[in-house]
Amino acid sequence: MMSFFDFLIKNKGEVFQQLIEHIQLTLVSLCIAVLMGITIGILISVYQKSTKAVLSLVNTIQTIPSLALLGFLLPFFGIGVVPAIIALFLYALLPIVRNTFTGIEEVDPSVKESAIAMGMKRSQVLFKIELPLAMPYIMAGIRTASVINVGVATLSAFIAAGGLGEFILQGIQLNNSNMILAGAIPASLLALFFDAVLGRVQKSSLKVIRWFSIILFGGMLAYLTIIGFQKLNFSKDKSKLLGGFPSEFVYREDGLKGLFKAYDFELDYVEMEIGLMYRALANKEVDVISGFSTDGRIKAYNLQTLEDNRNYFPPYQAAPVARVAILKKYPEISRSLEKLKNRINNAEMTEMNYKVDEEKMQPQDVAMEFLQSKAMFNKSKNKEGQAGTIKIGSKAFTENYILAHLFKLVIEENTQLNVEMKLGFGGTKLLMDAMKNDEIDIYPEYTGTALLLLLETNNKERKSLISNPKKVYDFVKIESRKQFQFEWLPPLGFNNTFAILMRSNQAEELGLETIENLSDR
Amino acid sequence: MITFQNIEKSFDEQLVLKNINLQIKEGELMVLLGASGSGKTTMLRMINGLENPNSGSIRIAHKYLKEHDLLDLRKEIGYVIQKVGLFPHYSVFDNVATILKLKNEKEDLVKEKVHKWLDKIGMPAAVYGQKFPTELSGGEAQRIGLARALVAQPSMILLDEPFSALDPISRVKIRNEFRKIQQQEKLTAVMVTHDVLEAVSIADRICLLANGEIQQVGTAQEILFKPENELVKKFVEGDQFQASLASVSLKEIKNFISEKSTPKFDTEGSVLELLQNEDTQYHAGVLDAFYKWKENKA
Repeated sequence: MMSFFDFLIKNKGEVFQQLIEHIQLTLVSLCIAVLMGITIGILISVYQKSTKAVLSLVNTIQTIPSLALLGFLLPFFGIGVVPAIIALFLYALLPIVRNTFTGIEEVDPSVKESAIAMGMKRSQVLFKIELPLAMPYIMAGIRTASVINVGVATLSAFIAAGGLGEFILQGIQLNNSNMILAGAIPASLLALFFDAVLGRVQKSSLKVIRWFSIILFGGMLAYLTIIGFQKLNFSKDKSKLLGGFPSEFVYREDGLKGLFKAYDFELDYVEMEIGLMYRALANKEVDVISGFSTDGRIKAYNLQTLEDNRNYFPPYQAAPVARVAILKKYPEISRSLEKLKNRINNAEMTEMNYKVDEEKMQPQDVAMEFLQSKAMFNKSKNKEGQAGTIKIGSKAFTENYILAHLFKLVIEENTQLNVEMKLGFGGTKLLMDAMKNDEIDIYPEYTGTALLLLLETNNKERKSLISNPKKVYDFVKIESRKQFQFEWLPPLGFNNTFAILMRSNQAEELGLETIENLSDR
Repeated sequence: MITFQNIEKSFDEQLVLKNINLQIKEGELMVLLGASGSGKTTMLRMINGLENPNSGSIRIAHKYLKEHDLLDLRKEIGYVIQKVGLFPHYSVFDNVATILKLKNEKEDLVKEKVHKWLDKIGMPAAVYGQKFPTELSGGEAQRIGLARALVAQPSMILLDEPFSALDPISRVKIRNEFRKIQQQEKLTAVMVTHDVLEAVSIADRICLLANGEIQQVGTAQEILFKPENELVKKFVEGDQFQASLASVSLKEIKNFISEKSTPKFDTEGSVLELLQNEDTQYHAGVLDAFYKWKENKA
């Protein structure tokens, strides 16, 4: 706990700034949602025919996962504060609309009738009778919306809109719990604070509510005028290239910092969520991102990989890794998987990923199609070895699923063995534990991952290794066998390392082919 | 004067009023009497435009309803309903003052009128003015409802079962107070009720409705003693005796009371009210006089 306070004190400037950003995001979106929400609530109570349709629409918006909503807004509003406020506004809408409508509906019909029979106009009935009586409901809706907004606003960090989410996201990526708490605790306190203030307002008289809203909305209007909506939005200098990188990449030593050092250059950048990054690049919100070499979206969005000509990134060659014991028991496994050696290049792997991610094909169909195209699957009759069952595992992403299916198909094609699949492990650590416990026998792994994660190597030794994929492969092969009794089978051929990506047409326009070219600018 | 002419009205294809022709005279208290579903409330709500007839016309003060500005007209028609419908977020004072403010009356005049009416219904502003509707009893709330309907000096007042939700004692009390005010102010009043006893106690004339049609229009005694058809007869049958007593005022039987058996008493109210009085010394003599009066009339 002490270290948390140390962290807080050390970073108090940043915490304070993120808190202010967070309050800005929440309040601005909430104020817009209050104005729009009450208006819509009134309209649907007047025009009852539209009630059902409108309520189910705002209901539906509420159920869209926040990341999906941000992704959906990206093509229209880009990244930064504006789309964040729009997303927050949409989430805050439902409780306010619904409560306004319910509040008006709940007004005692005899009260409404008295007002009408007294000669009040429709608008007088609304403003003198219905709205004041619906006020407790409306305030409750605003309270709910404010708490939702404080929570969802943490996700604004995904699209470079700032707020306390920055600490939370970075903390999660870097596995730094003090950092997570430095974002999460102020956010929860903020939610409690909003709830308490609005709770007090809710209980006070109509006069107090009126003054409170006048001051709040007046202040907001003045604030927006002074700051200027333009400045609130993330403004982009067109002549300069802008990077967009996930927090994990930004903060790890062998990520962005090392890249800048290795190529001796700097680039303005914003932090983004990985899933949104590719879309932001395609939509010209950013110009440079860090992705992975065989990602299907490289093909889908027509992106160009800048060559890592100084070999900064370690090689991530894919290969099957198996338990030594199982290979001894069924030596035919090694012989069959040998057939995949150097058979898949980067373009082919990207293509397979693309087919699953973008064309929505099943991984097993894509694997089968690939083998058939290579004439490696012809229902051969001479299956060697004995009958038995082995288990193949994989991590939880597309490429690993496809590779696991490739292994299964090849093994079943050439041996008497029967393969069970255990796919979707949450991380390398879990998979390795499963291997050690004989839960699985084979899984696809990358040399770079093994190098960094399995093997404690000093920086110098790493550097001498990194430039040479063969050396890395040999190193992890020997070390894995020594430490865990895991055997690395021959590499599949492609290298799924970190890739610095740009839009193809822009890279061509600027004549950029390597990362060095980028630093020359 | 309110005139219904050939009114027809249906809800969802179901005819609830047909062939309605009725004239309500200036300053008269007309009771629309009938069982639930007889269409009496619908008829009442047509007068201030809360319901519209499918066919036929309504005239108020010699002008067709359609020719009136509905909002202005409503400001001239007091409206009192069973559930009262006070504005829960307004104080008693503001509830009564609302309609005056709608009519843009000056502030000191508003205050004067509200105070006058709160006094008149026995709930002085000093005590009740700043209370809120939730702090009032049912009887108090309905008094405020009456004050609210009367404060703008309307030319007519509509009442829909105004006293039905009250306990029997305050019901009679408020009813009599209202009747007194109505006669003092010469208000044209239309009141809906299903209670025969209430109708005969208060009405100048009764319009008896059944199955969406007017069965008979007449004074309480005409309805009770000369029913025009079986439906009317059946409707008043259960309460016949009490209703008869309620429909006859003590003034009417005064000449039949023998001074010997019944010494001097106040001739305010109906025979029924006197008989319900716990002071039993007059009962036999008054009942005697009532029978003599009835015989004489027949």
